[in-house]
Amino acid sequence: MTHYVLLGTGVAAITAAEAIRAHDSGGELTLVGDDPFGYYSRPGLAYYLIGELGEEMLYPYRKEDFLKLKMRFYRACATRIFPAEKQVELDNGTRLPYDKLLIATGAQAVPLNIPGSDLKGVYKLDHLADARALLADAKHGRTALVIGGGITALELAEGLAARGVRVHYILRGERYWPAVLDELESGVIESLLAQEGISLYHKCEIAEILEKNGKVNGARLVDGRTLKADLLAYAIGIAPRIELAREPGLTCERGILVNEFMQTSQPDIYAAGDVAQVFDPASGKYLLDSLWNPAREQGRTAGLNMAGPATAYIKPAAFNVTRLAGLTTTIIGAVGSGQDPDLLGIARGDSETWRQVPDVIVAQGGFEVNRLRLMVGEKHILGAVIMGDQKLSRALQNLVTQKIDITSIRAQLLAPHAPIADILAQFWSITQSLNH
Amino acid sequence: MLHRLFHKERSQRISRAQGQVRPDPGRCVQCGICSFNCPVEIDVRRHAWQGEPVIHSRCLTCGECVARCPRAALAFERTNLFAEKEA
Repeated sequence: MTHYVLLGTGVAAITAAEAIRAHDSGGELTLVGDDPFGYYSRPGLAYYLIGELGEEMLYPYRKEDFLKLKMRFYRACATRIFPAEKQVELDNGTRLPYDKLLIATGAQAVPLNIPGSDLKGVYKLDHLADARALLADAKHGRTALVIGGGITALELAEGLAARGVRVHYILRGERYWPAVLDELESGVIESLLAQEGISLYHKCEIAEILEKNGKVNGARLVDGRTLKADLLAYAIGIAPRIELAREPGLTCERGILVNEFMQTSQPDIYAAGDVAQVFDPASGKYLLDSLWNPAREQGRTAGLNMAGPATAYIKPAAFNVTRLAGLTTTIIGAVGSGQDPDLLGIARGDSETWRQVPDVIVAQGGFEVNRLRLMVGEKHILGAVIMGDQKLSRALQNLVTQKIDITSIRAQLLAPHAPIADILAQFWSITQSLNH
Repeated sequence: MLHRLFHKERSQRISRAQGQVRPDPGRCVQCGICSFNCPVEIDVRRHAWQGEPVIHSRCLTCGECVARCPRAALAFERTNLFAEKEA
C-alpha cells in the first residue's frame, strides 16, 4: 500500500488528493497543513473583505467531500524532510513515513522592510486569519494606508473603502499597474477608485511608519510629507515557501524546481502550486505562476504522477481574470502596456458600437465602463484586455490561445474607427458555425 | 430603433429560456459568490469545480450567478433543446 503525504491545504494539495484517490482508492493519504482554517478560496478573501460574501461561504468543500477522499489530517507545520529515510517531521514531534510526498505549501507575502513594519496595525493578506484581523480593525471612520501596485493591494484598498475606511493608496509608479495596463486603462481604474473615495498618491514611497502607543499612527513619505492613519495594509509581492525544500537539498531558485511531471530533484518528492517553479519545455525555463488555476492544474498533474499514469503539465497561455475597481477585467496573452513597437494595438471604449454585439452572447454586461484592447500580430490576435462587458471574453480567449488565423479580418480590424467588437463577434460566430 | 430594442430583448430572453449556465473552470476561483446569490440555493460553485453546466430542475435561469461572478466564469449557453419551436 502506497503512503501519500501532502503538505499544504490549498487548491494544489486538494486537487492532488482528488487525482490520487481517482487512481488509488486503497492508498494511505495524509494531509498536513498549518492554516487553522484549512481549505478555503484564497482569491475569495477579496470578496469577503469587500463584504460581498460571508466567511462561511469561502469553503468550497463540505464535510462529505473530505470523507470521500479518506484522508488523515494533521493540523501541523512540517519542519523537516528526510529524503533518505522517506520521512517528514512535524512541529508536534510526529514523524510521518511517505512513499510519495507533495510539497504544496504555497507562497507568502513579502514582508515590508521599512521602520515600523512590526507595529500593531500593520496588515498583509495571506490567509483568512489576516483578513479577519484586518476587518476587526477596519472600523468605519478610520483611515488606512495601502501599499502595493498589483491586484492584491487594490483588493485591500477597495475592501477597506467598502467598510467605510478612508484610504490613502500609495503607488511607487506614475500610474496603476503599468506593466499590464495602458495609460487609458490605468486612468479608468484610478478614476473609479477616486469615485469609491480612495485617494491615490503616485510616485510615492513610505520612509517610515509612525507610531503612537505601539500602534500605527501614520507614515512619513520619502518626500517628507506625513500622512495620519490608524492602520496600514500592504501587498508588495509574494515569495514561495521553500525553506522546507532547501534544507534537505532539493534544487530551488525562487521556487522549488520541478520538471513537467511536477517532480523535484529528489525521487518521490513532488511540488505544485505557488511554491513550484515549473519547467516549461516551450521556453526551456523554469517558471513561477502564482495563480489559482495553474495551481489547481499543477496539483492535479502532481496527483496523477504520484498515483496514476505519467502526465505532463502543459503551461497554459498567459491568462488572468480579475476585478479592478468593480470592473471585471480579462487579460489574455501578450498585452504589453500599450508601448510595444512590435505589436499593433487597437483599443475601443464605450462610445463605439459595443452594444451592437450579437445578443445571443449572454454573459456579463451592464458595466459603467467598457473597454477592449487587442494586440494584433501578422496572422493572429496575440493578446487582449477586456474591461467591463465580457461578451467577447470567451471568444477572444479562444482566438488567442488557439492561435486562430485572423488574416481575413485583419485589415478591417485595423481600419480607422473600425467597430472591432462587431467584427470580432461576427468572425467568431462564423468560425464557430464552421467548426460544428 | 424600437424594433431593434425589442429584438434584442427577445433574443436575450430566448437565450436564457432555452439555455443553461455553463461555467468556465479556468476562470473560477471557487469563491462561492454564485452559490451565495442563487435564489433557489443551487450550489453553482460545485458545477463550476466539476466543469459541468448547471442542469438543475430548480434553476430559474434568472442570471443572478452570471451577473454576480467577479470573474465572468459563468455564461448562458443555448442548448437548442427547443430549437424547432423557435422556427
